[in-house]
Amino acid sequence: MAGYTPLTNGDRQRMLELLGLGSEEELLETIPDGLRLDRPLAMDDGLPEGEVFERLSGLAAANRPPDSEPSFLGAGMYDHYVPAIVDAITSRSEFLTPYTPYQPEVSQGGLQAMFEFQTAMSELTGLPVSNAGLYEGPSAAAAAAYLALGATGRSRVLVSRGLHPHAREVLRTHAAGFGCEVVEVGLEGGLTDLGALEDAIDGETAVVILQSPNFLGSIEDVEALSAKAREAGALVAVSVDPVTLGILKPPGECGADIAFGEGQPLGNRLDFGGPSFAFFCAREEHLRRMPGRIAGETEDADGRRGFVLALQTREQHIRREKATSNICTSQALNALAATIHLSWLGRSGIVELGTLLARRTAAARERISTLPGFELLHDAPVVREFAVRSVEVPVAELRAGGDPSGPRLRVYPLGRDYPEYEDSFLVALTEKRTPADIDWLVSSLEASAERVRGSEGGAGPRAIPEPAILRRAS
Amino acid sequence: MNGPGPATETPQQADRARTIYEKSVPGRRAAQLPEDGGGPSLDELIPSKLLREEPPGLPEVSEPEIVRHYNRLSRRNYDLDTGLYPLGSCTMKYNPRLNERVAALPGYAGLHPASDDGDVQGALELMYLLEGALAEVCGLPHVSLQPSAGSQGELAGLLLTRAYHDDRGRSPGKVLTPDTAHGTNPASVAMAGYEAVKVATDPNGGVDLDDLKAKLDDDVACLMLTNPNTLGLFDENIAEIASLVHEVDGLLYYDGANLNAIMGLARPGDMGFDIVHVNLHKSFSQPHGGGGPGSGPIAVSEAVEPFLPVPRVVRSGSEEDPVFELDHDRPLSIGRLRGFQGNFGVFVRSYAYILSLGGDGLKEASTRAVLNANYLKRRLADGRAGKYLPIGFDRPCMHEFVLSGAPLKKELGLKTLDLAKRLLDHGFHPPTVYFPQLVDEAVMVEPVETESVETLDAFADAIEEILEEAERDPSIAADAPYTTPVRRLDEVRATREPVLRQPVGSSA
Repeated sequence: MAGYTPLTNGDRQRMLELLGLGSEEELLETIPDGLRLDRPLAMDDGLPEGEVFERLSGLAAANRPPDSEPSFLGAGMYDHYVPAIVDAITSRSEFLTPYTPYQPEVSQGGLQAMFEFQTAMSELTGLPVSNAGLYEGPSAAAAAAYLALGATGRSRVLVSRGLHPHAREVLRTHAAGFGCEVVEVGLEGGLTDLGALEDAIDGETAVVILQSPNFLGSIEDVEALSAKAREAGALVAVSVDPVTLGILKPPGECGADIAFGEGQPLGNRLDFGGPSFAFFCAREEHLRRMPGRIAGETEDADGRRGFVLALQTREQHIRREKATSNICTSQALNALAATIHLSWLGRSGIVELGTLLARRTAAARERISTLPGFELLHDAPVVREFAVRSVEVPVAELRAGGDPSGPRLRVYPLGRDYPEYEDSFLVALTEKRTPADIDWLVSSLEASAERVRGSEGGAGPRAIPEPAILRRAS
Repeated sequence: MNGPGPATETPQQADRARTIYEKSVPGRRAAQLPEDGGGPSLDELIPSKLLREEPPGLPEVSEPEIVRHYNRLSRRNYDLDTGLYPLGSCTMKYNPRLNERVAALPGYAGLHPASDDGDVQGALELMYLLEGALAEVCGLPHVSLQPSAGSQGELAGLLLTRAYHDDRGRSPGKVLTPDTAHGTNPASVAMAGYEAVKVATDPNGGVDLDDLKAKLDDDVACLMLTNPNTLGLFDENIAEIASLVHEVDGLLYYDGANLNAIMGLARPGDMGFDIVHVNLHKSFSQPHGGGGPGSGPIAVSEAVEPFLPVPRVVRSGSEEDPVFELDHDRPLSIGRLRGFQGNFGVFVRSYAYILSLGGDGLKEASTRAVLNANYLKRRLADGRAGKYLPIGFDRPCMHEFVLSGAPLKKELGLKTLDLAKRLLDHGFHPPTVYFPQLVDEAVMVEPVETESVETLDAFADAIEEILEEAERDPSIAADAPYTTPVRRLDEVRATREPVLRQPVGSSA
């Protein structure tokens, strides 16, 4: 049993005496007899701290080390470098251990950080209003739909097949509760099919939900798609990758009513998928329908500038069943990590990062597209992720270094979510993937294809250059 | 004024709030990115109509300035590592630092969520083990860790309820919640497409059985309860309530906000609950982070299991050589609630906590939480607190209790809010106030097991001192706080004339 409870036997004796009781058991008599658990929990007794550490280190070691060779996995979560100051600041007790800032006089640090976060997200998305954060990306799509259904009084949600498959699944899960219809619009050439969108929109369409860059990595022409939606009186919500917004036209300038997205690429580690956060921004007219916490500026009794949770009358603890959402988290610590990361990148860094990703991605895409056995799934413009068809080798047979007994290449098999792209995979880059890593990926693909050809009577395997990650380790 | 409170401005108050945007100087920077190596210009790669014309107005600051800025901000927060945080219903228990250390191990922190199952066997095993531990604590056989927070766990529970009834060809339209329920309950009910119907509380602080019976019919999908309830009282009629709800084919949903009262002592499954959500950020020590992240796993009965969200962690292989997989192929499932597998980093922390305490330790934690609550309740029954802040329902409580500030308001003209603000000057975070709504001027106190008796005594003494001061001069508390980084803030103005971002660059 860990030393997290300070009461000594002497303390307990003194406390029980004040209560006029002989033992704690008497306090628990308020639980009726038949309902008291009459046995110990079927769990081991507590372990010393060092043994817990060893046990959990052992489980961590049972995973294939994330850095054993370069990873090109993305699909919504990306392996960016997290600056050291993010860890240093977010691990401070004053940010790590407070509750939601219900007492603003002693929560100014967290509230001001939320205000700065909202400013950053508003700048990135080009929309005037930002909340302080939601759970994570895909469920923010459901929040966008809930807002739009309420704002328009309509009952259908149109969603591009380019929206993250998890977001589309989450929408369908929530639709059973909201009581709305979810209709998918297909892709053509890697982009949302404009004609199909036009055909699908009707007077009951509350919102069109897009993603750009979409799940296949392509940058959508949000302006053109938005125009179609607006003609039909529907709102437009766009899921965006925040790291690309240093270079891409912000959704607010493309006719979007709502922009949201997975926040993990900003200052948050991968953590096998969470915790992270979502951002959620909208036009002014939707302010009172926004989900989640929002920090606002005000003054104290002496006229000092201060911050509070604003517009709380939207929220569940006041409005109950009439609330704009049931959410009561803003993922404050994760959003703080993003705020610090964005301050670190700054006005020029966010542009440089986007440019670096676009250039490296273009170079990698160009090289892979010319490899025998591989072709691009589409040639739409991309920033940091692209889709490749593997013509000769099943995606599951693509191996690190091309070695048939080696581990699978860390790329995302599109067949998991798109039966029509069973032969294709996604390659994602971050600034951590060096030109040498890309050389290694190209060689691994080449060798995987050659091996298949070789086993059909062609040439033998070839030498693979070492990835930078292994050179660093040695 | 004799109590804490300077006549002049403190240095911290004199240091007026300035955002990082106001510290921005053109040309400053922190980030050093890898060499780009040059290449084509952006408009050669991406059509210019898709490109941004002006960079976003992020701040231009150096790294030392960022660190100093956020360190100064941090000092404007109260936090659990500094002092008592007796927020009722929030279970602000100590957050062990070991948990942060293990969650940061590269073998967890660096894992990509789309990895092949074969590459993440340790992570899946940890999830499987945590599910098992939560199932045992809840007394229900199946667990999904997926929900991101308690509120998403509630929504999951209600969508499970809908799927359960659909599968039986039924479509009841109402969900009952007690009038003491957390606000999330009715909000989740609305999002799940149900009508929320309130059930009254009886004079003993439990569910009013007559009112419940009057409202139970074929149209009731579910009753949402927490037990102990938000008054901190164990509802002794729970077995009867469960059978009444089950008689009309309704399900019983347990809001796990108050699970910290009963770990190892009683189990929701044994009480007759069908669905439970657990807040890992309450009972299982995940830090609250100033408002997230949390995690809201759900535990369910056999009958509800087929509808659980996908993917599920399944175990196969031999006893010595188990294999763990994520199973997406579950035809009756309600589907996904969020991306990937859930808040895994929270799972690591909570599992570390469970290993540290063990079954015996969890029981001891709950027992001591109950002792601390009853002790503090007793301390506050004496002296002025007993006079101005009487207990709402005078029975032994579980982990928390609710006082009413109605006499304080009537006799001294002070609101519960004033008391809360004056506590800040004494260095304490106040309890939850104005909840549950059932109790006039409510003060809801949860002192948790990780607090020492000295801290509880100091808190009780501070309340006594504030009340004594208020008898002499109520205006002191009415204008409190005095010593905090800012004084009482105008919340109405923030809502009437919302200023929600710093004007910068083109938007300035």
